[in-house]
Amino acid sequence: MAELALRTPTLDKDRVLQWLQKYGVYAGVAVLLVVNIAITPHFLSAENFRTQAVQVAPVIIVALGMALVIGTEGVDLSVGAVMALSASVVALYLGYGLLPALLVVALFAAGVGLANGALVAFIGVQPIVATLALMVGGRGLALVLLPQLEDLRNPTLASLGSGDVLGFPYLILVAAVLALIVAFVVRRTTFGRQLLAIGDSRPAAQLAGLPVRRVLIIVYVVSALLAAVAGVLATARLQASDPTSLGNLMELSAITAVVVGGTPLTGGRVNIAGTVAGAVLIQLLTATLIKHDLPPSWTQIAQAVVIVAAVYAARGRGKR
Amino acid sequence: MPEEVLAVRGLGKTFPGVRALDGVDLTLHAGEVHALIGENGAGKSTLIKLLTGVYRPDEGTIVFEGREVSFATPLEAQKAGISTIYQEVNLIPLLSVARNLFLGREPRNRFGVLDMARMNREAEETLATYGVRVDVRRPLRTLGVGAQQMVALARAVATDARIVIMDEPTSSLEPREVETLFSVIRRLRDAGIAVVYVSHRLDELYAVCSTVTVLRDGRRVHHGTLAELDRLQLVSTMLGRDLGEVRTEGLTKFTGDHSAATDEPVLEAKELTAKHQLHGVSVSIRPGEVVGLGGLLGSGRTETAKAIAGALPLGSGSVTVAGVPLRAGSTPAAIRAGISLLPEDRKSEGIVPGLSVRENIALAVLPRLSRFGLVSEVKVDSIVDTFIKRLRIKASSPQQKVGELSGGNQQKVLLARWLAMNPKVLLLDEPTRGIDVGAKAEVQKLVDELAADGLGVLLISSDLEELIEGSDRVVVLKDGAVVGELSGDDVTEDNLMRAIAGSDNLQGVAADG
Repeated sequence: MAELALRTPTLDKDRVLQWLQKYGVYAGVAVLLVVNIAITPHFLSAENFRTQAVQVAPVIIVALGMALVIGTEGVDLSVGAVMALSASVVALYLGYGLLPALLVVALFAAGVGLANGALVAFIGVQPIVATLALMVGGRGLALVLLPQLEDLRNPTLASLGSGDVLGFPYLILVAAVLALIVAFVVRRTTFGRQLLAIGDSRPAAQLAGLPVRRVLIIVYVVSALLAAVAGVLATARLQASDPTSLGNLMELSAITAVVVGGTPLTGGRVNIAGTVAGAVLIQLLTATLIKHDLPPSWTQIAQAVVIVAAVYAARGRGKR
Repeated sequence: MPEEVLAVRGLGKTFPGVRALDGVDLTLHAGEVHALIGENGAGKSTLIKLLTGVYRPDEGTIVFEGREVSFATPLEAQKAGISTIYQEVNLIPLLSVARNLFLGREPRNRFGVLDMARMNREAEETLATYGVRVDVRRPLRTLGVGAQQMVALARAVATDARIVIMDEPTSSLEPREVETLFSVIRRLRDAGIAVVYVSHRLDELYAVCSTVTVLRDGRRVHHGTLAELDRLQLVSTMLGRDLGEVRTEGLTKFTGDHSAATDEPVLEAKELTAKHQLHGVSVSIRPGEVVGLGGLLGSGRTETAKAIAGALPLGSGSVTVAGVPLRAGSTPAAIRAGISLLPEDRKSEGIVPGLSVRENIALAVLPRLSRFGLVSEVKVDSIVDTFIKRLRIKASSPQQKVGELSGGNQQKVLLARWLAMNPKVLLLDEPTRGIDVGAKAEVQKLVDELAADGLGVLLISSDLEELIEGSDRVVVLKDGAVVGELSGDDVTEDNLMRAIAGSDNLQGVAADG
């Protein structure tokens, strides 16, 4: 009996941590929803749903790519800069029509992704350093291409940013479809399995004959392309190209969503559903505080608390 | 007798699950060059780390220059006069050679500013005595590894060291540089400094060391004057084999290969050369044959296996599989050609610990089970099922993480990963190290069966019994070169140890044959 009594508390703590690690992010989203429905006026309105969905969509899209990169034990700091770059490029090439402009955006983004991937895979630069270079350089290039804010008048682009289907804005639909595709890739494709193996143990993956470099490069290209999609959608919503501030601090929001969603920074595991929930959690948290007239600085403090909680919960798993 | 510099008594250290060092004694006198030897896991590095303040001992005392000491950090040990030179140079690559040499004790002029001119001049003079003639204003990293090591050595000596510990200092040196190192060591000796010399190269030990301590499984199994032991005795002490047995068996002739198989070799590695690691190693394996690779730690066994598997950059040499030459230095190419390697370091280079048993088994074969990049789960399940049954892998389910399995089952998972590829050649680097007796027997039986099925197997093992009983033929390596080959009835423990020791009588016999 005495032995049992002694052991119970630690067991309970471990179990709580494990549960938090697995479901904490969903529980957090549920709690915030319930609280807001109870105390925030007009929270359950189509208008509010729309606002929240449109704001969170770009974060989700960028976080999807970030989750893949983090799954390889890397990180991509250049995503915000890629958003800005795609905003500039869209503005510059919109004169040739929307489709050509989007193709050029894709080319630029793929270029950034290739550069990131090549630095990491071939030269062996630390991901944080390699992508830091393009985080700075990418935004610089965006500002060279388009030094100031420019209004965009393209009806297709505008409807992409503001249109909806049955009350679901295009933006959130695109995010949802991309999330499903990325989740499928992680779970069901050779590429997904190889990515996780490389993230868990690069030497073992290498000796098992996996195409390590190819996988790494593709991951960074995909991350950049997803950031470009987010950049174009955000630009469409604003109906203006704003390379100075678009995507600022986006890399941190995306990393937060991924980490809070239960994907460890040490690689080898990717949780896409959790990543989406993580982005939603941060969005709801911000919205809650703003709607109750708390200063924006509170939002940052609240985010910090969530990050620390997520890392604490993850610690339990790492030790097992 | 010269003054006693160091007296270590009953030193012990336990890590979770491992008794790394168990009641070890060590005495050093001024001007003594002491060889510290032992196989992997014998406790050499633990002992060094205890002496230099990296670890704290669990029990035992260290008396240094008459006072009992307990170093909290490597810096403390260094300040007290125990300097260590590691395999990897631990200096600052971007600072100049002179700055590195004087790091932390730079000469200053009367204004307290660095006296660069004096520093450079003194650095040049000091290094010249070590046979290093370079522009001391150059960044350290622009020097060759050997020269860098000399700088580290000069620095260690200049900091008034009483004891210099050298951990495999010659592993990346050219022969000429080794000579310089030896002359430096002799000068240290004459200056009354005690040197602890760790190396697996027996020639070097006999060239510079006067006394020896042999560790095995964390205990001191021998200590005394080196000249009292011949190479054969040294090797048998190190490996823990009965010396009497070896003596009574006497000389046996080494002959050529007399197994009359007519099969063409499935694998032919010719003149594999990699800087500092391999010097023209050739091995061939016929289908159904188990070829053992013998030799001490650091003799080039692992490197040979890695080179064949395309995982080691080669200077020159070629590998052919079933007559088809292989693109050098490419693991995927080697795997496609039918070569599978079970690496020595199972935990960090073999398994992917966070993935399941299922994913680990399917890892290499995945592209073959996929169409258009989509994995066929049905095919994966069937392969995984087959191998879990065939190799009797014990896991709670195929979804269990491999990191949670026992060593033996992890090894079986790795075997399954490669057998799923239908390989032609299996390279097994220490396949039974660190796994329990039951699993060991199973793995050994499996290797026999696989060879019987026509696979060519290369077996590396530090377990002499395993090597002898498992192999049809044993190729013996020393310092990255083939020094002997045993086959048929000549594959005996006695012969193997003689070949490993590279004793003179072996060379005589080899010349006869």
